[in-house]
Amino acid sequence: MEYIIIFISAIFVNNIILAQFLGICPFLGVSSKISTAVGMSGAVIFVMTLASLFTFLINQYVLVSLDITFLQTITFILVIAALVQMVEIILKKISPALYQALGIFLPLITTNCAVLGVAILNIQKEFNLLESLVFTISTAIGFGLAMILFAGLREHTDLLNPPKAMKGAPLSLVTAGILALAFMGFAGLV
Amino acid sequence: MAKDNSNIINMSVTLFLITAISAVVLASVFSLTKEPIAQAKAQKLETAVKNVMPEFDRLEQKEVPAFDMPDKKLLLNIAYKGDEIVGYAINSYTNKGFAGDINVMVGLLVDGTINDTYVLEHKETPGLGSKMSDDKFKNQFKGLNPATKKLFVKKDGGDVDAITAATISSRAFCDALIRAVETLKTMEGKNNE
Amino acid sequence: MNKFKILTRGFIAENPVFVLLLGMCPTLGVTTSAINGMGMGLATAFVLLMSNIFISSLKNMIPNMVRIPAFIVIIASFVTVVDLVMEAYVPALYESLGLYIPLIVVNCIVLGRAEAFASKNNVINSAIDGLGMGLGFTFALTLLGSVREILGSGAIFNYKFISPDADGLLVFVLAPGAFFALGYLIVIMNSFKKA
Repeated sequence: MEYIIIFISAIFVNNIILAQFLGICPFLGVSSKISTAVGMSGAVIFVMTLASLFTFLINQYVLVSLDITFLQTITFILVIAALVQMVEIILKKISPALYQALGIFLPLITTNCAVLGVAILNIQKEFNLLESLVFTISTAIGFGLAMILFAGLREHTDLLNPPKAMKGAPLSLVTAGILALAFMGFAGLV
Repeated sequence: MAKDNSNIINMSVTLFLITAISAVVLASVFSLTKEPIAQAKAQKLETAVKNVMPEFDRLEQKEVPAFDMPDKKLLLNIAYKGDEIVGYAINSYTNKGFAGDINVMVGLLVDGTINDTYVLEHKETPGLGSKMSDDKFKNQFKGLNPATKKLFVKKDGGDVDAITAATISSRAFCDALIRAVETLKTMEGKNNE
Repeated sequence: MNKFKILTRGFIAENPVFVLLLGMCPTLGVTTSAINGMGMGLATAFVLLMSNIFISSLKNMIPNMVRIPAFIVIIASFVTVVDLVMEAYVPALYESLGLYIPLIVVNCIVLGRAEAFASKNNVINSAIDGLGMGLGFTFALTLLGSVREILGSGAIFNYKFISPDADGLLVFVLAPGAFFALGYLIVIMNSFKKA
């Protein structure tokens, strides 16, 4: 039951993009087409899960046991950066098809604050390993959901002819605001 | 522009040096700020206790297990005036918040009524759940006796006026209050045996 | 490019938030009040200034291929310094900014300026650039925070000018309001620029 609550709340109620404002850069940057949004979401789900697993173990067995938790930020970002590189190299070798689909999004993920954010949140919320994995995967799914919905909206707003000053970023931001408003309706779910 | 003749030796040496230097620098900053951070935290607890207690001249601190979770220890401050106990300030918490844990200092008088509350830490939505530290919400608990009033929001059949549009936060706040009240009761029960 | 121009372009012409749309996460996340926006802006400005200075002075010693990891380590160190110092001396602000302080590491502005400016220019110009961009970011966050605080809670820098029991337009303090406020601020800026 507890896991279901974590799951629902991370996807809908505390959606990482629309309620917590993490990962806004890719949200605004690579959301002009549904297909790229799907690719980015796939890459994020993959990297975020791996990153949380690694950072959790490193935090538990290295940082906490040596009492050097003040190095948390620096360690986590290096782990994530190295992980992204490794995933890129391995994917290229093992599955060129998957690399084709996710490849161009991987370098962008290092500076995706959602990945580092979730790694830190897992520690802050004092989750155990299983809980943090559930939380991470649901957060990543929430990320994908918001991305894909938003890309769908943008494919339509691109066809509009807004006032000149509204074109581009402002229109995207206001569209995102309306989407966030819709997501607030989920607040009563948990 | 940076050198292009990167080789494995100069790459590893530079990276090693940079990380080593930054680790040393951070370790020293950490030890320098350790004391002030601890002080800031202690200060905050002290302010909280002063806010929820009637006048007192000495405190006794003690850790007590939460009534529903024996593994979780709550900090209990017993306030004395002279030799007489004037009240208890319990650092209670709840994990039912809208966005994470809420940490509340709950001041209880000897007769069991709530003196005042002070929110130490929360991550609730600003402008909604964050109003639990506003007087408008908080004052309804002053002088309230948990034995005669039900510490639930009205929606759940209790006596507490929830914050508009923040029922979850209000419910969580009540949960923290109940945890404080019950924990103190359990502890007193043990002492009387 | 003269030094004055490097300093001032961060405010309007190349404002990181309103024009370049960088560092959106803290911009939207912490600007529920003017004071939060300002605190976040200054913390970022400090990291930006220090990392620009250090990266620019070390640029000839760092081999090209490990440039990015080296930059990240330098930036992360300064972020940790800011994190610890804020926790010690301004605990209240530290708590309301919360998660977004360690996340300065992944703020695109910081790494962006390191890569685009500090790794190619001398120390003094890099310092000026870091300061200019940092203050431009602070300006944007404070402005956005003020707008949201005025509309959302009827207050400015915690001073409430409407009756204490009244609420503002709550939506502006909540998540959707962040998007709306920023969107329309950019619209206003754009229409001035075009005119």
